[in-house]
Amino acid sequence: MATNSVIELKGVNKWYGQFHVLSDINLSVKEGEKIVVCGPSGSGKSTLIRCINRLEEHQQGDIVVHGVTLSNDVKNIEAIRREVGMVFQSFNLFPHLTILDNLTLAPIWVKKMPKKEAEEIAMGLLKRVRIPEQANKYPGQLSGGQQQRVAIARALCMRPKIMLFDEPTSALDPEMVKEVLDVMVELAKEGMTMICVTHEMGFARAVADRVIFMDRGEIVEQNEPEEFFAHPKNERTKTFLGQILHHG
Amino acid sequence: MTDVVPTGERRQLAPPVLDTGVMGWMRKNLFSSWANGITTVVLLVAIGWMLSWFLEWALFTATFTAPNGQACRGHGACWALIHEKYRYIFFGSFPYAQHWRPLLAVVTMLAMLVSSADRRMWNSRLIWIWAIGSFITFLLMFGVLSFPISLFLTIAAVVGGIGMSVRGAIAEPVELNAWRALAAIGVIGLILRIAGVMPAWSLTIAAFDYVETGMWGGLPVTIILATYGLVFAFPYGVLLALGRRSKLPLIKGLCVGFIELIRGVPLISLLIMASVMLPLFLPQGTSIDKFLRALVAVILFAGAYIAEIIRGGLQSLPKGQFEAADAMALSYPQKTILIILPQALRVVIPPLINTFIGFFKDTSLVLIIGIFDFLNTANQALVDPNWAGFPAEVYLFAAFVYFCFCFSMSRYSKYLEVELNKGTRR
Repeated sequence: MATNSVIELKGVNKWYGQFHVLSDINLSVKEGEKIVVCGPSGSGKSTLIRCINRLEEHQQGDIVVHGVTLSNDVKNIEAIRREVGMVFQSFNLFPHLTILDNLTLAPIWVKKMPKKEAEEIAMGLLKRVRIPEQANKYPGQLSGGQQQRVAIARALCMRPKIMLFDEPTSALDPEMVKEVLDVMVELAKEGMTMICVTHEMGFARAVADRVIFMDRGEIVEQNEPEEFFAHPKNERTKTFLGQILHHG
Repeated sequence: MTDVVPTGERRQLAPPVLDTGVMGWMRKNLFSSWANGITTVVLLVAIGWMLSWFLEWALFTATFTAPNGQACRGHGACWALIHEKYRYIFFGSFPYAQHWRPLLAVVTMLAMLVSSADRRMWNSRLIWIWAIGSFITFLLMFGVLSFPISLFLTIAAVVGGIGMSVRGAIAEPVELNAWRALAAIGVIGLILRIAGVMPAWSLTIAAFDYVETGMWGGLPVTIILATYGLVFAFPYGVLLALGRRSKLPLIKGLCVGFIELIRGVPLISLLIMASVMLPLFLPQGTSIDKFLRALVAVILFAGAYIAEIIRGGLQSLPKGQFEAADAMALSYPQKTILIILPQALRVVIPPLINTFIGFFKDTSLVLIIGIFDFLNTANQALVDPNWAGFPAEVYLFAAFVYFCFCFSMSRYSKYLEVELNKGTRR
């Protein structure tokens, strides 16, 4: 195992009642590495990344993030959540707060950053995702693509070391997918460590260091994107790729 | 005539003339068919007939001044009765010469309520408005106020504690130390007081003649019971609602048990328990003011109902809101205060105001433990044999006053909904 890995999963198992949703997951992510996780619906890919920041609790195995082992200790969980940003499929912006307040909330309350400084950082990030003019609007007034870019900026506002993306483009209208992917590509180029659950295979080809295919709670196959798409080895991977690349 | 349409733009047509304007509206809504037209005419005639009958009784043949009930008889409404009794109806058995005190108290409370209704006042100013307003109200009502040292110490401990937990995350060290010092003074002082080291000092302000709560009555009683009952029941209800969703089984069980117990019994039985049974459990010689006991019963009761309404609001929030707050490492209190409650409360404004309106009227039940609120003083005004036989006038008058209050609350609920959803709507 590489010594500079920032995320380390060893023998992770999880059940929903009787349903074995994650089965013996071993995964090591190096600093700066970009990983794309794909797989059919219900394969456990979202659950996997949600375990990394403890939105879901795993029952067996170890998860070590940035040297901190996840346990029931709230201090540990909060320490990890400070370092790990997350972007959701359904954006989950806070509708009662302006865009700027959405961004500055966590830096002010969690990092105890002075308001002025937090707002400067937030405006800088809004410029990066190309919507600084929306700062004083409410989430409901923005398009889906804009909301998702705000959500990315909101996660970045905490200066995370790792970013988790849970199907960030699945809830978007097709014409807005690109604006979000562009921001993510840019982020990847800057060297952010990323784990991204997505079916955007173009994105996977462009930025991923590794593509992971999950099915029925297992990591079935993982490889560099070129190899993964050109010569999938497992039958299940072949079937899946055949299905999603059928029209594209 | 041809309209020039810019390329790439569709021409916007005006709506059909038939549907607009007063005539259009009437055609569409009142006379859209023969059956509809006949219904409209019949109802208009019925409304006109009832209105003319009512105006005849209430205005044209009414008696506005009369020496006694006999002089009223045989005519329309006897408003002379209201004219004669209105001071008793409004202020009950408060000493007659001092009626300006409850009047000023009502004015103070209304000013306090109206000013805190404005959203722009929702900041630390609110605390001062309520502290000063309440002080004036109760000084006017009681005439003499006595504050024991333990009250100040409790306030210091609570304020310091809240300051430490709410501002703890973002305060400068100097500010944080001030909160800590305040809390420490409060807690240590309370311990000394309870241990008997500190004497029972108290600060007494005697501005007017003392009037005990047994003499209070009428509108001030209704407003005080409803206002302070709900002001205390609200945070209490929020805590119950949060507790009911807690993952800790003990807290959850306590909250569920309390809510179900209180909701399962009528308010009247709670009031009777507070007035009859509570004194049996207290040590000999100690007594808690009857008015205060009624207030506590109202708070407990309203708290359980408010808790269930707020729980509905909490459940209506998408799971993603909780997850997003968790993912950015907010603590439970931060998540609850900054993200969850502001959204949950917005959703439940209509049912919440509905409950408030209900409780404003339900305070009349305190009659059964011998407190005379507005409806009950109105009832009492009927007892005078000189003015016997005019219940309709008195109840109409009482209904009118209640309507003014409840309708303003209802309008305020509308205003709040619009105001709080500004910008957040698509």
